[in-house]
Amino acid sequence: MTAVRIPPVLRASTAGLKHLQLEGATVREVIDRLVTVYPATAGQLHGPDGELNRFVNVFVNGTDVRHLQALDTPVTDRDEVVLLPAMAGG
Amino acid sequence: MTTELLPTPVSTVDAGPGPRAASTGRVRGLVCRNCRRPAPLALAYVCEACFGPLEIDYDLDGISIDRSTIAARPPGIWRYLELLPVDAPPARGLAVGSTPLVAADRIGARLGIERLWVKDDTRNPSLSFKDRAVAVAAARAPSLGIDTLACASTGNLAGATAAGAAAAGLPAFVFVPASIEPAKIDHALAYGATVVPIDGTYDDVNRLCIEVADELGWGFVNVNLRPFYAEGSKTLAFEIAEGLGWRTPDVIVAPIASGAMFAKLAKGLRELVQVGLIEPRPVRFVGGQPAGCAPVATAWSTETEVEPVRAPDTIVHSLAIGSPADGRYALEVARSSGGSIEAIDDLATAQGIRDLAALEGIYAEPAGGVTLAAAAAARRRGVIRLGDEVVVLVTGNGLKAPDARSFGLETRPAEPDRPGLAPVIPPSFSAFERWLQR
Repeated sequence: MTAVRIPPVLRASTAGLKHLQLEGATVREVIDRLVTVYPATAGQLHGPDGELNRFVNVFVNGTDVRHLQALDTPVTDRDEVVLLPAMAGG
Repeated sequence: MTTELLPTPVSTVDAGPGPRAASTGRVRGLVCRNCRRPAPLALAYVCEACFGPLEIDYDLDGISIDRSTIAARPPGIWRYLELLPVDAPPARGLAVGSTPLVAADRIGARLGIERLWVKDDTRNPSLSFKDRAVAVAAARAPSLGIDTLACASTGNLAGATAAGAAAAGLPAFVFVPASIEPAKIDHALAYGATVVPIDGTYDDVNRLCIEVADELGWGFVNVNLRPFYAEGSKTLAFEIAEGLGWRTPDVIVAPIASGAMFAKLAKGLRELVQVGLIEPRPVRFVGGQPAGCAPVATAWSTETEVEPVRAPDTIVHSLAIGSPADGRYALEVARSSGGSIEAIDDLATAQGIRDLAALEGIYAEPAGGVTLAAAAAARRRGVIRLGDEVVVLVTGNGLKAPDARSFGLETRPAEPDRPGLAPVIPPSFSAFERWLQR
């Protein structure tokens, strides 16, 4: 089970929970599991094409998965996945 | 000024911590830049439907403003109040904006640009254009229940947030990469802010600040106050148009970090057209990024989408954002306007700093060097054409990054015998004369 931090904008869809433990061997599987357990997150996390919404950034232990193996980045029960809105800029 | 009650929220999800603000008649609320779903005016920055960024939704058809009214107002960004998401100028605040638009003939001749203007935004209270954005965020913050200002900064925003908070009488926390210029950290400390250096890149700092903002509800000007903050950059466009006699130039050249300011320049000009202050006329937008952190320039040149840069490597710390959230919007502005986004190496940046100072008397931080070099590159590329009128934005003061101008030179600023620096001489005229006649 991988620890997942849920941002406030998603919490209405996760019964207000900030932290979840979800199964999955990769980031993609963890997010798929999140959507399965909390179906209301699907519309926020996935675009019409079924791919992860481009405004959602995913981090594994603080590293943007785009710098790793994207959604195929492997995760274990020692990792933390954080979902955040894409928002950067001075 | 009239106010009206909020529209009924369209979502059942709480819009975020803190109270919702009363909207003005000219501001309908917030709206998603991606899916256009409306949201109430609140301390919110993310669309609950699609995660897209929220921005201000104006009722532009209902805005009545004319040139003579603006001309009669005092200098500063509040001249354009009707096009900003603030009810009234704040009782306490810095004197931001109305910076000079300087005819830059000498440097224009060097670049092959006959009509070149420099928008000298080094002249703001904390010495950068960030004062514009912070002023708007700080003016709006009290009505959103904010009692502490904060930011994630590459340096300039740290000083601007600290100064703006000091003027407003609010505490400030500024989060910066520990590697930024010491002068920028000192600058923020001078205003009484708490500086939090982070062992990581700007993007690491930004990620942390999103989490802090979400969990603590502090008013991060460029995170949860971002819809308001970003609007402040439009005043650069307003001032350029007013400074040229209420018309637009052929080309505007600006630095790109997150891409927010670049996109807001275009939005600002569109709004001036929509409210009838200027005539519509094509403007090409040219952006500059340091080659060592150029995700938007790379996307422009390769005709792809913006891909993040993991490890920025440049002397231009203020533009070292590897994952620019507004990069796609900046890209669209450059592409749709017939402009370009240029990647500038650090040697050219340093030369640009030296040229601006020596030829025009404007001492720029590295982003200004990038912008000048981007203008030169766009001229060579043909995006800037013979006879064009061009405005180059210099957005920060060189005193914030004093080592940058000598990058690539053999001597450093503090070393003796460098060009222009006389040796220490006794305080007598004869000694001075001997040195002068050496």
